[in-house]
Amino acid sequence: MQIQVNGEPMELNDGATVSDLIQRMALEGKRLAVEVNEDIVPRSEHPQFTFSEGDRVEVVHAIGGG
Amino acid sequence: MSEHPERALPEDKPLTIAGTTYQSRLLVGTGKYRDLSETGHAIEASGAEIVTFAVRRTNLGQNPDEPSLLDVVSPAKYTMLPNTAGCYTAKDAIRTCKLARELLDGHNLVKLEVLGEEKTLYPNMTETLVAAEALIKDGFDVMVYCSDDPLLAKRLEEMGCLAIMPLGAPIGSGLGIQNRYNIRLIVENANVPVLVDAGVGTASDATLAMELGCDGVLMNTAIAQAQDPIRMAKAMRLAIESGRDAYLAGRMPKKLYASASSPIDGTFF
Repeated sequence: MQIQVNGEPMELNDGATVSDLIQRMALEGKRLAVEVNEDIVPRSEHPQFTFSEGDRVEVVHAIGGG
Repeated sequence: MSEHPERALPEDKPLTIAGTTYQSRLLVGTGKYRDLSETGHAIEASGAEIVTFAVRRTNLGQNPDEPSLLDVVSPAKYTMLPNTAGCYTAKDAIRTCKLARELLDGHNLVKLEVLGEEKTLYPNMTETLVAAEALIKDGFDVMVYCSDDPLLAKRLEEMGCLAIMPLGAPIGSGLGIQNRYNIRLIVENANVPVLVDAGVGTASDATLAMELGCDGVLMNTAIAQAQDPIRMAKAMRLAIESGRDAYLAGRMPKKLYASASSPIDGTFF
């Protein structure tokens, strides 16, 4: 299954969850927020939320800014 | 021992935003520093208790051990104020605020800014009003970056924005407060805190904002891009305190001509 993560294509196994993606990106335990198709996926739902073909995913974090 | 022990000044009412009171009236950003260590030290020296940050995409897995801003500026110590910098539409600003709320475990305080154009980064007030309304409806506590138009500032307050933050000059320009009359009018009309956000270049600009009666100042570049950001952070802390005290003290009236400070009586020449 192919999805878009932060604007880049990514190949994931069918049934992959948000937690799987975070693990693959080596971001486990980091403070971040996830949006799928412009809807927030709350942290509590990361282990259950499965992606569908073509999902547009944003994984964001805090950076310096004014 | 002094013959004249210091007389305690009447207490100033602290800045209150969303039910939290703050001793510091200086709010600082975290952008444009050389590194995260400098960011941390400068913020410490500024005495700021509210710190802004931006929300951006993570890297796709490269460099997982890269330190994170929130390791240096801890949400346990500071009130974190996510901004919507870089957003040119209400829609993007609302998305950013929702992501920030998720990022900070339901923390509702946001700095809304919707920009109009790249050259001046001047606020797009039509989109700002749309975003403010939607965010307030969704339970956000909105501190709003806005133009220095007194009528729009009042409108944002009436909509329920918690703090009105007009620009003194374009973001990152360091030009200082360009229209002090408008800032003063906004302060006079407001029943919520008014903070100058953007345009401060050096300490005297911050002092002027406070002398005009502002409740605080939010700045980033003036500290981060100084030759010595940590010293400038300290200068800004003192400038804000000075300006506040001068405002509370009530300045002497301006006169066109001189008025001698030493008496004429008793002169022997």
